[in-house]
Amino acid sequence: MLYVLLVFSPLLGAVIAGLFGRLIGDRASQLVTCGLMGVSALASIVALVGLGEEPFKVPLFTWMAVEGFIAEWSLRIDALSVVMMFVVSCISFLIHVYSIGYMAHDASIPRFFAYLSFFTFAMLMLVTSDNLLQLYFGWEGVGVASYLLIGFWYTRPSACAAAIKAFIVNRVGDFGLALGIAATWFVFDSIQYDVIFANTAKLADTELLVFGASFDTLTLIGILLFIGAMGKSAQLGLHTWLPDAMEGPTPVSALIHAATMVTAGVFLVARFSPLYEFAPTALALVTFIGASTALFAATVGLVQNDIKRVIAYSTCSQLGYMFAAAGVGAYAAGIFHLYTHAFFKALLFLGAGSVIHAMSDEQDMRKMGGLWRKLPITYAVMWIGSLALVGFPGTAGFFSKDAIIEAAWVSPNALSGYAFWLLLLAAVLTAFYSGRLMFLTFHGDSRASREVREHVHESPPVMTVPLLILAAGAVLAGWFGLVMIAPEGEFWGGAIFTAPINTVLEEIETVPAIVKYAPLGALILGLGLAWLFYVAVPGLPDRIVAALRPVHTFLTHKWYFDELYDALFVRPAVSLGRTLWRGFDLGVIDRFGPDGVATVTLASARRAIRLQTGYVYHYAFAMLIGLVVLLSWYLFILRG
Amino acid sequence: MSDWPLLSLVTFLPLVGAAFILFIRGEPEIVAQNSRSVALWTALVTFLLSILVWANFDPAQPGFQMVEKSPWLPGLGVNYYVGVDGISLWFVLLSTLLTLICIIGSWHSVQTRVKEYMIAFLVMNTLMVGVFVALDIVLFYIFFEGILIPMYLIIGIWGGPRRIYAAFKFFLYTLAGSVLFLIAILVMYMQTGTTEIPVLMNTDFEPALQRWLWLAMFASFAVKMPMWPFHTWLPDAHVEAPTAGSVVLAGILLKVGGYAFLRFSLPMLPEASEYFTPLIFALSVIAIIYTSLVALAQTDMKKLIAYSSVAHMGIVTIGIFTPNAPGIAGSIIMMLSHGLVSAALFMVVGVVYDRIHSREIAAYGGLAERMPVYATVFMLFMLASVGLPGTSGFVGEILVIVGVFAVDAWVAALAATGMILGAAYMLWLYRRVIFGALTKESLKAIRDMRANEVIAFAPLVVLVLLMGIYPQFFLEPMAASIDQLLARTLPAAEQLAMQ
Repeated sequence: MLYVLLVFSPLLGAVIAGLFGRLIGDRASQLVTCGLMGVSALASIVALVGLGEEPFKVPLFTWMAVEGFIAEWSLRIDALSVVMMFVVSCISFLIHVYSIGYMAHDASIPRFFAYLSFFTFAMLMLVTSDNLLQLYFGWEGVGVASYLLIGFWYTRPSACAAAIKAFIVNRVGDFGLALGIAATWFVFDSIQYDVIFANTAKLADTELLVFGASFDTLTLIGILLFIGAMGKSAQLGLHTWLPDAMEGPTPVSALIHAATMVTAGVFLVARFSPLYEFAPTALALVTFIGASTALFAATVGLVQNDIKRVIAYSTCSQLGYMFAAAGVGAYAAGIFHLYTHAFFKALLFLGAGSVIHAMSDEQDMRKMGGLWRKLPITYAVMWIGSLALVGFPGTAGFFSKDAIIEAAWVSPNALSGYAFWLLLLAAVLTAFYSGRLMFLTFHGDSRASREVREHVHESPPVMTVPLLILAAGAVLAGWFGLVMIAPEGEFWGGAIFTAPINTVLEEIETVPAIVKYAPLGALILGLGLAWLFYVAVPGLPDRIVAALRPVHTFLTHKWYFDELYDALFVRPAVSLGRTLWRGFDLGVIDRFGPDGVATVTLASARRAIRLQTGYVYHYAFAMLIGLVVLLSWYLFILRG
Repeated sequence: MSDWPLLSLVTFLPLVGAAFILFIRGEPEIVAQNSRSVALWTALVTFLLSILVWANFDPAQPGFQMVEKSPWLPGLGVNYYVGVDGISLWFVLLSTLLTLICIIGSWHSVQTRVKEYMIAFLVMNTLMVGVFVALDIVLFYIFFEGILIPMYLIIGIWGGPRRIYAAFKFFLYTLAGSVLFLIAILVMYMQTGTTEIPVLMNTDFEPALQRWLWLAMFASFAVKMPMWPFHTWLPDAHVEAPTAGSVVLAGILLKVGGYAFLRFSLPMLPEASEYFTPLIFALSVIAIIYTSLVALAQTDMKKLIAYSSVAHMGIVTIGIFTPNAPGIAGSIIMMLSHGLVSAALFMVVGVVYDRIHSREIAAYGGLAERMPVYATVFMLFMLASVGLPGTSGFVGEILVIVGVFAVDAWVAALAATGMILGAAYMLWLYRRVIFGALTKESLKAIRDMRANEVIAFAPLVVLVLLMGIYPQFFLEPMAASIDQLLARTLPAAEQLAMQ
């Protein structure tokens, strides 16, 4: 009952606000959704505190069952799903509350809260899934919620474009996931987790003849599932939607595009640790993509001027860390980082929201500066969030990020060296762009117009209280969560599986001092450079840009991914469609098919028609009768 | 109750209603109003009777139920022979439901020749139900071809400006295939001396003959589906048809081909079906990708949805010919789902067409502001069409993909690209019609949906969600019939594999 309440109260809120929002008004919609979300958050805390050893499931009813293809609606309760539910429900609750303030002046408040609650429900269904199909339900459910929320301000063309882009790029990933589900059923005759996980060891190193070639069974499934994860978690290649998703209202960016939805891919890989542990090639790919994304996104984050986009690229980069962690076998460290990241990244986004709110919807950091006096709370919590992000000792990010970098050092994975150096370099860049964001926004002199400057004000308590709670989380979450990466793995109670030979978590205790302190060095270097560039010698960035013009252009164009995809897929698809339609449908099939026949027939029929009554349906009924007669006659002749 | 000739009642009651309307006389206004009422009540009672059929149906039995048989053409051994199994049951329900919805939906929008219009729909109802209950192949053939006539009239009389061209093209295409089907029927009759479908389903024809018969039937069914490259009649027919015509065309007529593949090709000609599977897969995959791309280029809302139908039917044909339980169950669910969703989408277009009299996508934009209810309904069916889990569209799609993956992973992968392309054209359509700023003068005063429109959509909304969240409701009763069908086709597959 507790779990049903936990998962379904947001749905109830969404339905009430969505269907009856106009009837009950803005205030009631807010109260209902926030109240029900609060119920869910409380339930998630109870669930976390009362977490038992044994995983179990709460069955609901059968979704579909065709022969062996059986999918049930049920809630799987184990350490992994409980941690995820805790993160999702609590952060969602805080963001619901924050939105009361942030969205106060919007025209369609009930719709916003309905979407937000629906998203939370779908996310909870995703993390509590007990089979791949329910996972897929949650997977696409959060996708559609994301689509609706990115396009929330639907009169803006850029928001609509971003919404469609998010959905379609995610669909590319889902394509992989759907095939992964099909392949899983083909191999395991089941899509239930228990059945799959019980049989992975047996299937290790077996070959599967599919797509006309022979593949390692588990590697193939692992890669197909990972394609899904890449789409949802915006990894290199399928990342292009995430920065554009910032068109949505800021609370949405905080909840969906930072703290929860985008981490679903990491969750998927951790959930399937019993499979990935026997698929080293797939893990190598996960590591490669994760580490590459971490660095790639950090480089692009360096040159962004929109405050939300900096944080968006930062999210992309941090997700890369999480995947790299999973890839090198430290799934627990990946989930640990997911959990700490949820707090400080939500905090950063909501803090940025507070800034944008104060600046009359200005998002360009070049037009900010010197805000720390006027926004003291926001300023303080943003520093806390930034320090947690860069891994300042004692903050949440310090524990989780260091664990990942150390895991990359000790892991036997073929690409762990690659991962280690890229992640370390990315850590320098993270510190740099975080420092840049803070210095540009809050320090120095104000660069805003006079009008804007006069309106700058600290946000109301309904916004600052959630910020303070999240700030507390950004500091404390690391301490509380350390149990997650304890080498014995007792906390997980089998929810995350590590093969006996996987001793990454034990070994990170014994890394050399140089590795242990390397992330701290990266932090000091990055923050120091940011200070040098944006506080000490303000003219320096321009000179560097001038000197490295091609590099800068390459980065501001985000490595030309959008341009490339546009040229490779979008344009050809549309023009090919036009060609096929006009050229083939009309030009070939019709011309030589019906039109050709019709021209000949019509010409001769026209004369005949004039002689008759001219009522089409007389003929039609005559034809029916004629058909019966003709048929009877045929049959009669044949029999006779 | 079970003694009643329930299926005959469902089949012929609409015809009685139509005859009744024929005799309505008086002032044009009153005739129109009375015709509407009679049609509504007839359709409603027919629908309720079809629910009784469902209530009387025993899911555990794989064979035909509620069978009625009486001599019809005794000299030829042709009987009036009807019955339903777990597959046809749902199509009967779909037919009666959609007729009812069409009559409610065209309450205001059709003002010319109301009497004839209602008669046409009721006659069509009889013919549609007849197709799905017929257990004699001659009877089936008459219903199967007979549907063309009222449809032809509906397009030709109440259609748009190019209606004659469209109606003619429609007729030409579909009639061409049926001649070959007729020949196939005659050959089968000569071979076996019977026209009873249940008997023919268990007859083993010579493999060489099977292939010829299969091709003859394919010519007819592929046009009806429609499969690529026999699809070009569909966009024109839809564009010119009045809304309710499109609803029935997409909702039922497109299902007749798929149903016929399941009823005839698979069980009667199992070896040939196995033999020609690569052809079906190839045409289906081309259909999915080709028509999805073509849909992207459309500027006319109805054409876009028509092309999307061809793509969805591609998934259906793949599922039918897998042939395994998920594939076939998936294809049936896909047909039912498409029956509901595409019907709803054509009604969605109809709602704004009635107000603005344009089907051009470019004539719209920003409707969300003035029509929030409409935007919500459109959104739901748009997402169902895209195959969002939790809606009916997903269930069929995933079952087919899972089913075909076990047969040929390439086909699964290529079919799954439809997921991406489908999202692209539907979301883009929605964006251009509903989202954006409302700037066009003509749209400034547009009204949200009327009560009769909401009522017409309501059952579709409920069913689309029910089929998405609890598809077992539909899958369970059809399971036994699918197993029986597979028992017939699988030995054939094994035999061919052994050769």
